[in-house]
Amino acid sequence: MSRKKLQKLTDTLTKNCKHFNTFEVECLINLFYKLVGDVTERQGMVIGIDRNTFRNILHMTFGMTDDMIMDRVFRGFDKDNDGCINVSEWIYGLSVFLRGTLEEKMKYCFEVFDLNGDGFISKDEMFHMLKNSLLKQPSEEDPDEGIKDLVEITLKKMDHDHDGKLSFSDYEQSVREETLLLEAFGPCLPDPKSQMEFEAHVFKDTDEFNDI
Amino acid sequence: MGEALTKSAQWTAAGHGTRTLEITPLNEVILKEIMMFVESFIYKYPQEAKYVFVEPLEWKTNLDPSAFESGYIVSETTVKSEEVDESGQPLLFLSVPHIKIRNFGQLSRLLLIAKDTKLKEAQACIEANRDPVAKILGLDYNTVKEDTSTVNILDKITKDEDSESEMKMKIAMLLRQLDVHLLNHCLKHISLQISLNPTSVKNDIELLKNFSGKGEQTVLESIDYTSDYEFSNGCRAPPWRQIHGEICYVLVKPHDVETLCITCSAEGVFLNGGKTDDEGEIDYERKGELYKDLVTFLKEKSAKFSENMSKQGIKFRNAQKKEKEEPTNELPEKEEAAPVQKAITLEKNQINFGKSQMTKRLEPSLNWKATVDFKEHRNLLRDPQVEKHRGKPERSGPPVLCGRAQLARKSTEKTEEIVSESSSESEEDEEPSDHRQEANADLPSEYWQIQKVVKYLKGGNQTATVIALCSMKDFNLAQETCQLAIRDVGGLEVLINLLDTDEVKCKIGSLKILMEISHNPQIRRNIVDLGGLPIMVNILDSPHKSLKCLAAETIANVAKFRRARRAVRHHGGITKLVALLDCGKSSAEPAQPSLYDARDVDVARCGALALWSCSRSYANKEAIRKAGGIPLLARLLKTSHENMLIPVVGTLQECASEENYRAAIKAERIIEDLVKNLNSTNEQLQEHCAMAIYQCAEDEETRDLVRLHGGLKPLASLLNNTDNKERLAAVTGAIWKCSMSKENVTKFREYKAIETLVELLTDQPEEVLVNVVGALGECCQEYENRVLVRKCGGIQPLVKLLVGTNQALLVNVTKAVGACAVEPESMMTIDRLDGVRLLWSLLKNPHPEVKASAAWALCPCIQNAKDSGEMVRSFVGGLELVVNLLKSDNKEVLASVCAAITNIAKDQENLAVITDHGVVPLLSKLANTNNDKLRHHLAEAISCCCMWGRNRVAFGEYKAVAPLVRYLKSNDPSVHRATAQALYQLSEEADNCITMHENGAVKLLLHMVGSPDQDLQEAAAGCISNIRRLALATEKARYT
Repeated sequence: MSRKKLQKLTDTLTKNCKHFNTFEVECLINLFYKLVGDVTERQGMVIGIDRNTFRNILHMTFGMTDDMIMDRVFRGFDKDNDGCINVSEWIYGLSVFLRGTLEEKMKYCFEVFDLNGDGFISKDEMFHMLKNSLLKQPSEEDPDEGIKDLVEITLKKMDHDHDGKLSFSDYEQSVREETLLLEAFGPCLPDPKSQMEFEAHVFKDTDEFNDI
Repeated sequence: MGEALTKSAQWTAAGHGTRTLEITPLNEVILKEIMMFVESFIYKYPQEAKYVFVEPLEWKTNLDPSAFESGYIVSETTVKSEEVDESGQPLLFLSVPHIKIRNFGQLSRLLLIAKDTKLKEAQACIEANRDPVAKILGLDYNTVKEDTSTVNILDKITKDEDSESEMKMKIAMLLRQLDVHLLNHCLKHISLQISLNPTSVKNDIELLKNFSGKGEQTVLESIDYTSDYEFSNGCRAPPWRQIHGEICYVLVKPHDVETLCITCSAEGVFLNGGKTDDEGEIDYERKGELYKDLVTFLKEKSAKFSENMSKQGIKFRNAQKKEKEEPTNELPEKEEAAPVQKAITLEKNQINFGKSQMTKRLEPSLNWKATVDFKEHRNLLRDPQVEKHRGKPERSGPPVLCGRAQLARKSTEKTEEIVSESSSESEEDEEPSDHRQEANADLPSEYWQIQKVVKYLKGGNQTATVIALCSMKDFNLAQETCQLAIRDVGGLEVLINLLDTDEVKCKIGSLKILMEISHNPQIRRNIVDLGGLPIMVNILDSPHKSLKCLAAETIANVAKFRRARRAVRHHGGITKLVALLDCGKSSAEPAQPSLYDARDVDVARCGALALWSCSRSYANKEAIRKAGGIPLLARLLKTSHENMLIPVVGTLQECASEENYRAAIKAERIIEDLVKNLNSTNEQLQEHCAMAIYQCAEDEETRDLVRLHGGLKPLASLLNNTDNKERLAAVTGAIWKCSMSKENVTKFREYKAIETLVELLTDQPEEVLVNVVGALGECCQEYENRVLVRKCGGIQPLVKLLVGTNQALLVNVTKAVGACAVEPESMMTIDRLDGVRLLWSLLKNPHPEVKASAAWALCPCIQNAKDSGEMVRSFVGGLELVVNLLKSDNKEVLASVCAAITNIAKDQENLAVITDHGVVPLLSKLANTNNDKLRHHLAEAISCCCMWGRNRVAFGEYKAVAPLVRYLKSNDPSVHRATAQALYQLSEEADNCITMHENGAVKLLLHMVGSPDQDLQEAAAGCISNIRRLALATEKARYT
């Protein structure tokens, strides 16, 4: 890509992004192209990070393990639902992912957790997300009993309007009371340690980002 | 060799009844040393070897005549040496089995002949000749008497001159050397094999003391040392008995037997001959069997002891164990995490305890094991019930195990409490009874809910854990049932384990809960027992500020008792906490995600909170100072957040009890900020500031600083709000200390504080009263204030307070009343209210400080009362009481009583009475003192007492004059004046003049005549003139 084009892209993206400065945006753009590889840019063809590459990044760099959550995170990034993350989605996504305010993160997390996108996190969705969260004890008669119980506990804690499902306002209120509940149904944000490593690595220099 | 031999021989002989040497390693060493000495004697000192003993050494030998070869005339049953003395007697004569030897040469040879049996021969010889030195050198050199010394021997020798005695002297010296050598050996030996040592004996006795006293439950009625003096090595036995390994003597009164006088020696414990009535000496002879330690001994002697001991047994054992554990306290933290292991170590310790006491007779006590079993048993009994309740066949192991360990631990803590009772900081070290919920009791529904949540906490991944933690937080964690439920279902362990993970969210959640439940004293202890503190201390290093905050705040809650505070220090927590205070510098850190962010101010605030808790231990105060905490605290003090200021001032206030802190507080200009914060609206902050000023204002410069920074006005105005008693106590305390400076008192008067203080004399708790009265006592040193106090009606409440019992209060009240009594008008009121009688009766108070203060207060009363002579006489037995106080051994009491006597003696009739009570000999007895205050008042008392009858003569007879003359060499001018006046009075008597002259009084007095002090001049001159007149009269008498 020509220097001029890059400059222009950087400027546009920086204007739309409040959490990164020009240098950081440039670093991230470079990283993006490094990840996408040598796909020559052609008119009409969208270039972007596909699902697998993205999941790989989430797994290797941010230590996420839950497939379902990682899928949801990908969907969270992929605003236009075209199956790949283009450069502006990349920058915007990362700005929330890494530097987002509590409000932005809440919105992002809720979208991640709202599996079917109906604006509510239902009991089923919770069950789905939490089903691997307890160590299976062979003694349990019903292995799902614990999960169901956990879902009840969560509902009791978070369902403020007692309608048996979590609306965004339920969720928001709970998180404001107890920030720990931001990622209530699974880690979908980077943990501080890997985040720091990532930022240190990416924003260190423009040349190197081979490990990913 | 005499001393070593007699003593070591006696030691063992006494130990075993018969007069033989027991085969002990020690005796063997001694014998070998003697043998070596004797064997080499013939080579080393050929001359001396020929010296003929005064008396032969005789003993029964096992040697066969046939063993003797050349140089001996051998027959079947006898052997004679060819070597003979001057009179032709053989120097060795053996008539089976008796052998007599007359010189060292023969002794040496005999040992060579005896070869393998020489040890036996040497032993037999020494057993048969209890005092070989006497036999060798003659009775004059007898060393059996314990006072024998080289000087003694030399003395004897220098008297006669012949060559024989020179020889004797040489031998005596040689034997002496051997003696010293042997003693050294013995000591080395004793110190190596010692089994009971002074520390262990002392610990035992201290522990027994703790469990002694009146009543049926105690193990003993009393246990006391015979001697209060403890040598630097921890022994109390006199040095000449220490060589026998004796450590101390103890008088024990069990419930059911007569008082026992017991010797504790390195070997063990035994009954001695008891105290002889006439001299109070102890009969050191052993009268009974040897026991391995005091407890065993007492169990044998007293059935009651044995019985109560088994009841108290666990406690005692644990206390002993605890002491053993103490030094290694840093280590067990890990063990505590593993309850099972802990239980094992308990038993191990038990065995170690036995070992350390008596290496040879290892005998683990069954007592302890039995109790442990009992506990286990109880636990087992409980478990099935618990299971029934849960309706599940198997349950997780940890709760049971931890339950047992905790129970065991709990009992150790209880005894720790008892042991540390004397500690100044024990007040908040409360050990609440453990409300562990019994399985059969009705458990609240929360219990089951919490149990469920803890289950998910244990068995969940990060997400489930966070949910469980958040849900747990929704319980009412301030409620004890919930706090204990978390512990009882094993939640504490999990929460603490979570702190050790890498999951920041879990750590935060766990700390949030721990912070809440650690308000409960039991939980605090459990957290410490589970090793939670070191982990939390480590979290203080975390890059996440909110984690730091939570950890520090939890530490602040947990470190409310001594063991916890110590643990924080030992794990380097103080330095880390102090580092938290340094909040400004960390701003360079990269921005943290908002989730884990906390403000720097909060970090510093939590650090200060934790330090506040920790600063209740002396060692921690030191550690905070060394970590550079004071300047940081000073800097935080400049901020304006009340939340921050309270812990900061609290820490400073706590630490200001230490001298170097007070200096630092002054140096860091902290007083200014303390004063500033007195004006805050937060009562707690005001209280702590006032308290800090109270602590610091012992120092005069600080008092001035408080005034200069305008602190007196807010203090005075805070007096008007009397609802908050704690704050009132702190404020009045600060006023008291500040009013020690005159300028401050003037200010207080300006601010009308004195009137307010008088109002506070009624209806206030004692801690307020002590300070109020103390402040009034200081203020009343000035005339205007005395008038003010009288006018405000302060005298009556003050006199009323004289009937109290609080020691500190009484000291202050007497001082205040004394200060008021300087005013004749006030004195009338005091007299009318019978204040003098009350003061007088305080002379009987057990506390010396109260006595002294009362006596000082009496002085102005006697001076200013109308008809004071009559008043004093009206107190039945009062004068006798005062005179008898001269027998006190407290210098302050003595000085004050002397001052009182000075005033009493101004009335002739009273002087006559106290003379009858023997005031003269008692005063004379005190004369040899170096205390200038006492000297001053004593001299005054003497000079006043001279005014009656033949007291002047009596002082001379009781040898008070010579020491008085020496007072003139003191550096204190007030002593000079009083002494000169006393000497002047005494010099009216011719004999005293002679004594003074002999002691060089004239020169000293001549010097005093040149003093600017008129009274001193006059008295000195008068004294000299009396001495001179006597001299002239003598001269005149001689020439006429």
